[in-house]
Amino acid sequence: MTSPQATNGNGRLLTPFNVVAAIILVFGIIITILRFTGGLASVTHLSDNNPWGLWIGFDLLVGVALAAGGYVTSSAVYIFGLKRFHAAVRPAILTGFLGYALVVLALHYDVGRPWRLPYPFIMSRGTTSLLFEVAACVALYLTVLFIEFSPAALEWLGLKRARNLVHRLTLLLTILGVVLSTLHQSSLGALFLIVPAKLHPLWYSPYLPIYFFITSTIAGLSMVICESALSHRYFHDRMDAEHRDGNRDLTLGFGKAAAWVLAGYFVIKTIGIAADNNWHYLATGYGIWYLVELLGFVALPAFMYAVGVREKNVTIIRGTAAWTVLGIIVNRFNVCLVAFNWQLPADQRYFPHWMEIGISLFIVTIGLLVFRFVVTRMPILYAHPDYDAH
Amino acid sequence: MTLSRRKFLGWMGGASLAAVGARKAQAASNRTFEGYAGSLAVLHDITRCIGCRRCEAACNQVNDLPKPEKSFDDLTVLETHRRTSAPAYTVVNQFSIEGATGPRTFVKKQCNHCLEPACASACFVKAFTKTPEGPVVYNASLCVGCRYCMIACPFEIPAYEYDKALDPKVTKCTMCYPRIMEGKLPGCVEACPTEALVFGRRDELIQAARERMRVHPGRYQEHIYGEHEMGGTSWLYLSGQPFEKVGLREDLGTAPAGQLTSGALGAVPMVVGLWPVLLTGIWAINKRKEKIAAQEQAEAVAAARAETEAQAAASLKAALEKAAKENAATVAREVKKALDTAKSAAQDKHDTEKKS
Repeated sequence: MTSPQATNGNGRLLTPFNVVAAIILVFGIIITILRFTGGLASVTHLSDNNPWGLWIGFDLLVGVALAAGGYVTSSAVYIFGLKRFHAAVRPAILTGFLGYALVVLALHYDVGRPWRLPYPFIMSRGTTSLLFEVAACVALYLTVLFIEFSPAALEWLGLKRARNLVHRLTLLLTILGVVLSTLHQSSLGALFLIVPAKLHPLWYSPYLPIYFFITSTIAGLSMVICESALSHRYFHDRMDAEHRDGNRDLTLGFGKAAAWVLAGYFVIKTIGIAADNNWHYLATGYGIWYLVELLGFVALPAFMYAVGVREKNVTIIRGTAAWTVLGIIVNRFNVCLVAFNWQLPADQRYFPHWMEIGISLFIVTIGLLVFRFVVTRMPILYAHPDYDAH
Repeated sequence: MTLSRRKFLGWMGGASLAAVGARKAQAASNRTFEGYAGSLAVLHDITRCIGCRRCEAACNQVNDLPKPEKSFDDLTVLETHRRTSAPAYTVVNQFSIEGATGPRTFVKKQCNHCLEPACASACFVKAFTKTPEGPVVYNASLCVGCRYCMIACPFEIPAYEYDKALDPKVTKCTMCYPRIMEGKLPGCVEACPTEALVFGRRDELIQAARERMRVHPGRYQEHIYGEHEMGGTSWLYLSGQPFEKVGLREDLGTAPAGQLTSGALGAVPMVVGLWPVLLTGIWAINKRKEKIAAQEQAEAVAAARAETEAQAAASLKAALEKAAKENAATVAREVKKALDTAKSAAQDKHDTEKKS
């Protein structure tokens, strides 16, 4: 992470964070050149049997899920009336906007001809494809997030009239954001409905779209808790009183919501096993790994969130939030990589090339740097004095 | 508003047209889509295949594919199981069912040209087309290279040019679409020396396959693979061995791939229609709650104030009355006092006068 010196704008350039980030960026640029000169074969372990690897499993599936904080927070505040969490909206929208922008950036590495990414809209609409729905909703939602984020930039730039105009659209944008998020978060799960022959029965379920949508809200709640904890640690000097004092309340409130949603998710996962009568698979190797996911990354955090809320222990909730985020990564990897192609012999399975990991790190690093750039300049963690935030 | 007869009839016409349209879309039917009528197909009789790889060589030639490292005459290639790849649209695999020394079975693998293809259903730019003639063809000029077709294909057929940086394509067998449109046979069918591959109309090939089963009892499994798998395919297989044992999965089901995703796609308009109503409703309820709470607060404040004021007024009044009473009492007392004083003064005067 970053040090206070790096954040307050006057500081030293040679912080440990900056050095590591610079190394990752240099490697990332080198791998980028290799990717666009030598093709996917030169930097990935993708194959005809494993056409989707880390860049889809992590950059797309995990990236979109972890960027769900935007719609979760804005709907909590503007629709469900939880105005006391207002201070959390802007950081969550910023994280969401950056998350989606980076997902789109990552797709440029993965698809064969990235300049054709608008083709589904302008050349030939393949509306029978779940991927079309994903593409349409991600494109629209990225636009919505950009507009939702723009008041912060406009305040920074001093464009008062434009800012007030956008501010009036808040409710409309929030509703649009929830609709689009519901659709594409679930569609990412629905992508795998077409492969009952390739995805292990424990992970394949007709409920996949619902599972992906529900886990996205869990990811959103947990990411907001993590992000606010990290911001508190590293950008404390950038915060106003509302952000500083509201943090504890936010952590307790979102922790409580996450406990309930995780509990509900545990129930519908169990119903999924029962509906397909997959109990006997639980005694296999894949079954044990499935139980690790279900008990270790769903039931356990549900319980720990509840304990943290009951004891009003912010530390427990923050730790649980980090564990839950890890659980989301485990879940998406399981569906896309681990349980996918389970029918193939081990030597035909996929494991990422180190350069694939390099590009994923590169993209996460870009996200952190842009986040730092924005919060140290724009009114994200504090309310601009010229505007009434509510 | 006035309603002319003409306008009314126009509306009724529109309504009935809509009703007819609706009936057309929703009408129940005892028919399912079983592929384009008269479409073409290939029947692969596995029992006749000798594993000579001439089909592979012909495929390589007619599609202008790069020459492989090991020549097509080299049959040691068969010792490892292969799948289709960018330079090989078709491969022959060898299976030994009864141990290594027993008779070997050879199976040709290529695109099965589904009647309702998973790749076409999954493609978000419609780069795949099921032609009415039978072949499933791919249009590289639309392809973005997302490779979802490769994920979706249950037969693991489409391959990708991973080594191309700027113009990678998905590759797969075309059933020699350009050749059959010229009236020629597909390259592999033409090259097959044992007629393990037969090209023709799909419905006629299914008849022919049944005829072979009837003429040679016990030679074949009682199943034409591809007649119903994944909704039916345009490549049909007859086998002496269980299909599962010669690399043809029997757990794919008979529903076409599109049916697996139609439910999820059908939910999209429902979410678009209902979510805004639900969310606006929740927002409005909260807004109203806040408004009522503010109102009640204002009322409570007003009531409290009124009560306080009334109490103040009452106590003021009481105090005033008390003060008035006290005043009166004081006046009376003072008057009495003055009278008494006057009286006693008068008495004193009288007494003094009397004395003097």
